[in-house]
Amino acid sequence: MYPPKFAYEAPKSIGEAIALLEAGGGEAKILAGGQSLIPMVKLRFASPEMLVDINGIPGLDYMTIDPDGTLRIGALVRHEDLEQSTTLAATHPTLAAAASLVADPIIRTRGTFVGSLCHADPQGDWSATMIALGGRIVVQGPKGKREIDLRNFVVGPFTNALAYNEIAIEAVIPPAKGTPRGSYLKLERRVGDFATASVAVALDMNGATVGRAGCALAGVGGRTIDANDAISVLVGKTLTPENIEAAADAVAAAADPRTDHRGSSDYKRHIVKTFVTRILTNIAHSEQKAA
Amino acid sequence: MSSLYDEVAPNPGADTPVRRVTIEVNGEKRTVDVEPRLLLVHLLRQGLALTGTHSGCDTSNCGACTVLFDGSPLKSCTMFAVQADGHKVETVEGMGTASGLHPVQEGFKEEHGLQCGFCTPGMMLASKALLERNPNPTEDEVRWALSGNLCRCTGYQNIVKSVLWAAEKMRNDQPQEA
Amino acid sequence: MSLDEIKIGGMGASRRRVEDNRFIRGKGKYVDDVVLPGMLHMEILRSTVAHARIKSIDTSAAWEVPGVRLVLTGEMMAARNLAWMPTLSYDTQAVLATDKVRFQGQEVAAVIADDPYVAKDACAKIVVEYEQLPAIVNPTQAQDPSMPIIRDDKENQPTNKIFEWEIGDKERTDQAFADADVVSTIDLHYPRSHPSPMENCGSIADYDRATGKLTVYMTSQAPHIVRAAVAMVAEIPEHQIRIISPDLGGGFGNKVPIYPGYVISILASILTERPVKWIEDNTGNLISTGFGRDVYLQGQVAMRKDGKILGMRMHTISDHGAFYADAQPTKFKIGLMHSTFACYDIPAAHLTSVGYYTNKAPGGVAYRCSFRVTEAMFFQERMIHAAANDLGMDQAEFRRINLVKDDMFPYRTAFGFLTDSGQYDKCMQVGMEAIGYDTFKQEQEEARKRGKLLGLGISTMTEPLGAGNSREYDIIGIKMFDSAELRIHMTGKAILRTGAKTQGQGHETTWAQIVAHELGIPADDIVVEEGDTDTAPFGMGTYASRSTPVAGAAVAMVARKIRAKARKIAAHLLEVSEEDIEWELGRFYVRGNQERGVTIQDCALAAYSNIPDGMEPGLENNAYYDPPNLTWPFAAYFCKVEVDAETGVWDVLKFVAVDDCGVRINPMIVEGQVMGGLTEAYAMANMQYITFDEEGNCIGSNYMDYLLPTAWETPGFELHEVVTPCPHHPIGAKGIGECATVAGPAAFVNAVMNAIEHTGVRNVDMPLMPNRVFEALQTGKDVSGMPPVKVG
Repeated sequence: MYPPKFAYEAPKSIGEAIALLEAGGGEAKILAGGQSLIPMVKLRFASPEMLVDINGIPGLDYMTIDPDGTLRIGALVRHEDLEQSTTLAATHPTLAAAASLVADPIIRTRGTFVGSLCHADPQGDWSATMIALGGRIVVQGPKGKREIDLRNFVVGPFTNALAYNEIAIEAVIPPAKGTPRGSYLKLERRVGDFATASVAVALDMNGATVGRAGCALAGVGGRTIDANDAISVLVGKTLTPENIEAAADAVAAAADPRTDHRGSSDYKRHIVKTFVTRILTNIAHSEQKAA
Repeated sequence: MSSLYDEVAPNPGADTPVRRVTIEVNGEKRTVDVEPRLLLVHLLRQGLALTGTHSGCDTSNCGACTVLFDGSPLKSCTMFAVQADGHKVETVEGMGTASGLHPVQEGFKEEHGLQCGFCTPGMMLASKALLERNPNPTEDEVRWALSGNLCRCTGYQNIVKSVLWAAEKMRNDQPQEA
Repeated sequence: MSLDEIKIGGMGASRRRVEDNRFIRGKGKYVDDVVLPGMLHMEILRSTVAHARIKSIDTSAAWEVPGVRLVLTGEMMAARNLAWMPTLSYDTQAVLATDKVRFQGQEVAAVIADDPYVAKDACAKIVVEYEQLPAIVNPTQAQDPSMPIIRDDKENQPTNKIFEWEIGDKERTDQAFADADVVSTIDLHYPRSHPSPMENCGSIADYDRATGKLTVYMTSQAPHIVRAAVAMVAEIPEHQIRIISPDLGGGFGNKVPIYPGYVISILASILTERPVKWIEDNTGNLISTGFGRDVYLQGQVAMRKDGKILGMRMHTISDHGAFYADAQPTKFKIGLMHSTFACYDIPAAHLTSVGYYTNKAPGGVAYRCSFRVTEAMFFQERMIHAAANDLGMDQAEFRRINLVKDDMFPYRTAFGFLTDSGQYDKCMQVGMEAIGYDTFKQEQEEARKRGKLLGLGISTMTEPLGAGNSREYDIIGIKMFDSAELRIHMTGKAILRTGAKTQGQGHETTWAQIVAHELGIPADDIVVEEGDTDTAPFGMGTYASRSTPVAGAAVAMVARKIRAKARKIAAHLLEVSEEDIEWELGRFYVRGNQERGVTIQDCALAAYSNIPDGMEPGLENNAYYDPPNLTWPFAAYFCKVEVDAETGVWDVLKFVAVDDCGVRINPMIVEGQVMGGLTEAYAMANMQYITFDEEGNCIGSNYMDYLLPTAWETPGFELHEVVTPCPHHPIGAKGIGECATVAGPAAFVNAVMNAIEHTGVRNVDMPLMPNRVFEALQTGKDVSGMPPVKVG
């Protein structure tokens, strides 16, 4: 496979990169990890006139936690950085659970967290976790920075809310209001397969009671499904089997799957329900143990 | 060093800009002019005649093109050569030394970890990177670390044994701490 | 003092592989690694649609791209009588389409340029105007009179039917069914799959006008067949054609056929007078080259209440794609499907087969099997599984009642094959013990009480390898024997060449072991070469597990010829008559005086320096081996799985493989072959298949959609061996390359079915993807992977 021609620039600052996007007038694309973009260019599904490679911009590979608990992930943090973090499982169990399920281990050394969000694949793992966590994305353009709620950032299949001259520079995950619990389950037929269905759940627990509840789904709709409203039936409640079932039913109803060679829409909806139930039941068990 | 452009191609025509890049390949600095769209795997294979890195699937799935990029495994079909400017690339040709093989290479031969040999360079480099990070992996850890590389011949079982063989050899070769 | 055979790397030694020395250093030489001076690069433009009339092809913009040297279309091929070529099943196949495209991915045009990137750019500038026709994507549609005739290029092809074929004794079989207490019926589909070696296909054609010589580097498992075919198609004299098959990155049957890309690259080299390299991309490989399987079955077994099988019937309906290009022996239209049930003692059997054209890629290659044997054995073991259940009999017991007993060999099967040896029941016992068969039912029951679904599946089979004997087996008229040529140098070192072609099997290692066994020359002193038709003796190549049964036998036979001559030289050196010479490994000695002897190396030196009067100097020879019969390895596989009832996901808990492939030349390599084959079996059972949508678009055109298992999903395998030497093979070997792919799938499927059939379900078609297993569990009904196929 041989990509078509394009111009290549490797700016040394965000400002420079924005200027290049501006000059590109909508025909330039940001190249970060490139693990989704480059295959698409090779298959000639995408043929940008210019690639603006941001890998040489210093200071974008940070993963930090503010004093208030806000997690900030810079644009050049690779999937592998999250997978190998020794603290993430305690602070952000939903992200930790997804980290090792993104693509395959070699892709994870190069692909970026923020880049995945921008790719807006309906089957993408990170978008689901971010929507469940109420995450935002910081984008920068000629007029400065703005923050976009992930729910508004992913606007359609492979379509995000970035203006042509904006760069996503940081993902922001707000602090948990309580003990963070959650997980990510994905039905894939083999490593690196796209999700048949996957579920991200993030709860902030106050003792045995659910404080905040977040949920999003991948692979079961034309874009990442925001199931936060659906799972909010749990807020203020404990994780009894009845409450879990009600939440799982609500989330499954929010899914909008299509029948294809991966399974019928009913099957995928059933998987969503099963996974929500499994995640919540696990949390309930670990809460019981902790108590 | 003279430009390797003509060997590398693509033939750009007069209007296609090329960029001069310097990449440290197997410890040696190589300076070449490349068209931006040239994939790293093609630079290595055609431009630098390092044909041990193979091109398999085109869609970043098979891992036959795996090299180490600044020490980390990378599918070299999923990076443009121009992006490697200023970085270090290690290919299978750089694994052994003049005097001998890397333990991973020995392990693959000893435990019959290869048959047709096409996936082998990528498998070995991914294995080497694993063992540098985790000198004493479990079987599951090896299987997980190699799950970005496909093999059609071996059924993986002997590949896993090969890596464990190499791990043991590398641990035994380490000078014992007092 | 005789040599220690294991120490010299002879038979039975797990000798480390010679070829690894270059592969682990990245010094293999695959086709794409070959660079010739002045070489041009070719890219193929493929059809985007499955069935359409070509209204026009405009290549003018492609010619304008700087660096483009040649743009070829079907019209230009036709002007040179090269638009069509013969297939290996006496059909024709388009090289570049002229009238219609008949499957998505068919070759439509080719660009030859200074560089592959440029060739690809130019391909994108070719404009093809199609007038779309309805696509036929299964045999039911192929029978629909309202659908178009795919092969309207052929005379006498009024329908989409390719053949009807039958074998066996219908009357006797009908009687067996009339006499039966119980008849078990099952409908199955073995889905289309693709061998998908890691290396795609490719060629470099280099025509030298000055000498008239055409050299082609090519990904071929059978270079000599290619040479013959090129001589016929391209009208170049055969002695001026040299096919070089260098290192192959796997084959599995995919590299047996002759592909349009090869032919186009040859013409391109002739026209440009430059070497032309064509390296197929992965999508091209998956959507256009030789697939495997795609056969529907209606199967029936007739039984007595006590478990004895009285007869079986099979009707197969096969989907061959747009050109009938199966690589198979001429006599048989659906390969060796009639080898089915060969391990069972069955008095009556009848097989009917019908094949259809569809708008899908051609091929029907023996994907890691001996010509449709994979389908034959899968169908057999699924029928046996269903039959045991219908009878209410234990799976192992049912098999043990019906398997051919040791004292029944040689055994003539109901379809006429002659199996010659085996210890089937012993293999069963070894496997049952290893899997814990006796306690499983209890384990399964207890697990079910805890909500866990366990299943155990068995698959047993003997398969015909080593096609063939030349009376019965030929491909396009060329008889299926094989050859070896051995030269012993003056210093006792040797070079061996065969007409086979290794592609991962390790011939460079194992052939030397056979010579070491026969002559006592250390294996390390013998170099093995294959794949270059200018140097290798004629052979039919490597596929269908035929290398060890046929070429391997030729190696033993040529070594024996050498030994016979060396014996005469030894007599001369020892100054005794030949009758007084005894042989021990590596050495001749005088009978009654073991101290007085000469080594094989002494004889080699003498062959060049001290030859007896009247003897032809030198120590080299060749052998052509025409096997008296097929070889019949046996496999008994046991698989234990757990099915997650909530998702339909299943995991292999344990897999036990008992293989009897006769004498093992190199046990390490045998085990490698088994594990590799089991993994492909697992892949087919679980995830690997190619399907099409209603418009004939291929689902599975790259590794994002065509799923191959990784190290993570692939289970571990426990291997056991039983050895029953083949009575007619010179070293007692039977072949092993494909047993596991053939017997494996049914073991996985039977295990999953065993876990879920309490719901009433009888069959889930492969691949057993979680959604299908879940559906079966929920409904208790069969899950068919494809639309039901009309009986035709």
